[in-house]
Amino acid sequence: MAKIIVVTSGKGGVGKTTTSAAFATGLALRGYQTVVIDFDVGLRNLDLVMGCERRVVYDFINVINGEGNLNQALIKDKRVENLFILPASQTRDKDALSLKGVLKVLETLRKRFEFIVCDSPAGIEHGAIMAMYFADEAIVVTNPEVSSVRDSDRIIGMLSSKTRRAVQNLPAIKEHLLVTRYAPKRVTSGDMLSVEDVQEILAIPFLGVIPESKSVLQASNSGIPVTLDKKSDAGQAYLDVVARFLGEEPPVREKKGFLTRLFKN
Amino acid sequence: MSILKYFYTLRPPKKTAAVAKERLQIIVAHERNLRDSPVIEYLPMLQQELLEVVRKYIAIQDEDIKINIEKDGECEILELNITLSDENQ
Repeated sequence: MAKIIVVTSGKGGVGKTTTSAAFATGLALRGYQTVVIDFDVGLRNLDLVMGCERRVVYDFINVINGEGNLNQALIKDKRVENLFILPASQTRDKDALSLKGVLKVLETLRKRFEFIVCDSPAGIEHGAIMAMYFADEAIVVTNPEVSSVRDSDRIIGMLSSKTRRAVQNLPAIKEHLLVTRYAPKRVTSGDMLSVEDVQEILAIPFLGVIPESKSVLQASNSGIPVTLDKKSDAGQAYLDVVARFLGEEPPVREKKGFLTRLFKN
Repeated sequence: MSILKYFYTLRPPKKTAAVAKERLQIIVAHERNLRDSPVIEYLPMLQQELLEVVRKYIAIQDEDIKINIEKDGECEILELNITLSDENQ
């Protein structure tokens, strides 16, 4: 049975689309049939981050409205086997997504894919609810920064009240905390919340941490998911996240500063 | 005195991450409380209906009734106060 995973955060600009692209690519690299859906109707960007913006013909809304079929809308990634992208509509307004329409598309995708990754828009409005509604698991992307942590907590509240699993009293959505844009040096100097701090406040299971990295911008500049950049620390961290998501236990990579190494060992 | 001052400047100020954590813990706990109290939604209706029932027997004004729900650990307390002025009796 396919798993539906929503990548969400509440706050904008924390790395939802970067994470959706990198995570879905990581799953496909491991051999899983994976599709990543852009739920940000009106502000589509996943196509750009995935580097397939010029191959978009039909989109998610076209499929819901029956103006094109799913096979026409799905874009097959040229670099990774088993990876497909379903782009959002750039022209419609976000209310074009209906629960019925989304369910219809997800049910069809479920038959063909093992993982369905839903890239949520920012905010707590209609689009964000549509993206999380049918999810089995949720990756809550959080920056170690006050506004992001607070918004993540709002989103966690919505995951447990405004989703199908909540409404129908089914087993709760499995939540995962992903801390992005992390700067260990600033944590050591006391000017950034640590992963432990963020986890203590949000109180959901920890999935991983992605370091602040130049390679993330370089990757999106070039339209390449950062997981495909073998030299990137962020890319490696995303691969670890995928492994941990699949139930493996990769060692936590942590670039320790000179002083911490000196004092801790 | 100047030596004391010197040692004061040596003591590092509270790091901003610690301040952030403390502020977040307070605001998040507060917002979770609001979120987990769906009772607030029906409280005004309950108040209105209670008012109508009491009015069958005693003449009271809208502002004479006060209703509140408080959480005390595991326990929730529904507090209802109806003030009867001298004219009512």
